Amino acid sequence: MPILEGQDVTKYFGGLAAVSNVDFHVDQGEIVGLIGPNGAGKTTLFNLISAAFPISSGEIRFKGQKLNGLKPHKICRMGIARTFQETKVFSNMLVLQNVLVGAFFGSPNRVTQADAAREASQALEFVGLSAMSETPVKDLTLENQKRVEVARALATKPELLLLDELMAGLNPAEVSEAMELVTKIRDRGITIFMIEHVMKAIMGICERIMALHHGEKIAEGTCQEIACNKTVIDVYLGEETHAGS
Amino acid sequence: MDITRFISTHRKLLLVGFLFLILIFVATFPLYTRASDVRVLTTVLIYVVLAVSWAMFSGTTGYMSLAPAAFFGLGIYTMALLQKELPFFLIIPIGGLVSFAFALLVGLVTLRLRGIYFAIFTFGLVVFMTEIIQFLETRLWGQHGQHITPIDNETLLYTMLGLVVVTVLATYFIRRSRYGLALLSIGGNEEAAEHMGINTTRTKVFIFAVSSMFMGAAGVIAAPGLIYVNANIAFSLFYSFMPILMAVFGGMGQLYGPVVGAVIFGYLEKTLRAQLYSYFMLGFGIILVAVILFLPNGIAGLVPTLQDKLGGLMARLRKGEQGEQHANT
Repeated sequence: MPILEGQDVTKYFGGLAAVSNVDFHVDQGEIVGLIGPNGAGKTTLFNLISAAFPISSGEIRFKGQKLNGLKPHKICRMGIARTFQETKVFSNMLVLQNVLVGAFFGSPNRVTQADAAREASQALEFVGLSAMSETPVKDLTLENQKRVEVARALATKPELLLLDELMAGLNPAEVSEAMELVTKIRDRGITIFMIEHVMKAIMGICERIMALHHGEKIAEGTCQEIACNKTVIDVYLGEETHAGS
Repeated sequence: MDITRFISTHRKLLLVGFLFLILIFVATFPLYTRASDVRVLTTVLIYVVLAVSWAMFSGTTGYMSLAPAAFFGLGIYTMALLQKELPFFLIIPIGGLVSFAFALLVGLVTLRLRGIYFAIFTFGLVVFMTEIIQFLETRLWGQHGQHITPIDNETLLYTMLGLVVVTVLATYFIRRSRYGLALLSIGGNEEAAEHMGINTTRTKVFIFAVSSMFMGAAGVIAAPGLIYVNANIAFSLFYSFMPILMAVFGGMGQLYGPVVGAVIFGYLEKTLRAQLYSYFMLGFGIILVAVILFLPNGIAGLVPTLQDKLGGLMARLRKGEQGEQHANT
């Protein structure tokens, strides 16, 4: 059963269709990958789901409920959390405070101080940052800042997590760690929709992949199907990757 | 013997004791000083309220409001217009509420603006208020300016002291609450804050209105000390810039930063301005530039550095003692 569905999702910036007539669905408990060249509209699609931008036409539904017209904080409280392509941590705060924000405000009910503190420290432990909870977040490496974003998103107790290029800029060892983290999150019962350029990661953990190009969906299927898809190879993967896989 | 350790373990107690001493000092101030000094202290307290309430919103969210004068002036005019109808102590909350309501309205319209645009709008708001009051006075009321019946210095001092206590306590509790966390996160990254479930517009507008409420109440209490006001006096941009300079000078990372800044600058302004006006403004500018360049976190930012230095010194001294003991045995 799909937890998230989109029908004819379209977004215009002026005359340019950044996302045009995209149909998609993410099933409960899945890890779905979203790939495509730069400017394909991947992050725009995430921004439409999380309501950073209003949708131009079409419809997005979460657990059967229409998301059109809702504000970002409402979307978050419904159970959709996200991370950002360029990390957007609260750079003026400590690591723990960053995660506390998610714990306090992310759930639909009022959270007590004690519950929020517990939720935040659990989320930090889950991503492996317990030791740094009292560090100013701006002193952390990029990898750890991305982990803070994940912990902050998890603290909102989401059912669906949108990961926007979690692995960009990480070295191979860090990529493996991040892959492990994503699988661990899914094992907690959280559905994952992720944008990624690191093919090793996408192919390694996704159950299904969707490819965008010029705002349109050009392919969808299992990793194997996508890796062999003629259009995807032409516009994105290139011959070499195909030969290698 | 160990001063640093004593300070760190009994921090709360010391702080409360220190605050209590300040309260006693202000409360007994009129007993051993001249009336002019009492007026100086009242002015300093006005600046404390303005600086602390400005930092409550702008210091945390980073939205640079230049509107304190608009809300302060609104308080002054509320007093001027209601002084004959209502008792003084009733006008104070009314002045606060008028400013609160006005800020709510302004906030709903303008807090969608970001960065420099918000600053310019709030600047324009002060100019707008001046013009509109002038228009009302000349065209409708047929008089220029308002006379305000003086109230004795002690009453004004104690009322202002009460407002300082309320403002500081309110700021303290807001900073500690989830609202404080939300405000900080808006200052850190507003877009991310929105996506973490914070209703950023509502939070900003509400705290903007709360901070304006204290400015309005301060205006009511300040009014009798002015005796005569017109639009240019009540809505002087001086009241917008001073609190900002004081808060920046004192440091906005800590609650006491704006208080310290307001006390130092307020005192200097009141005592030096009369005698050497131009030199005062010159020195004022130099000090401010120096603070921004060398103390980006203000005076309050100096404290942790000094604590580190002091702690290091103590540790070295202790080591020295131990070294001597070793040498003796």
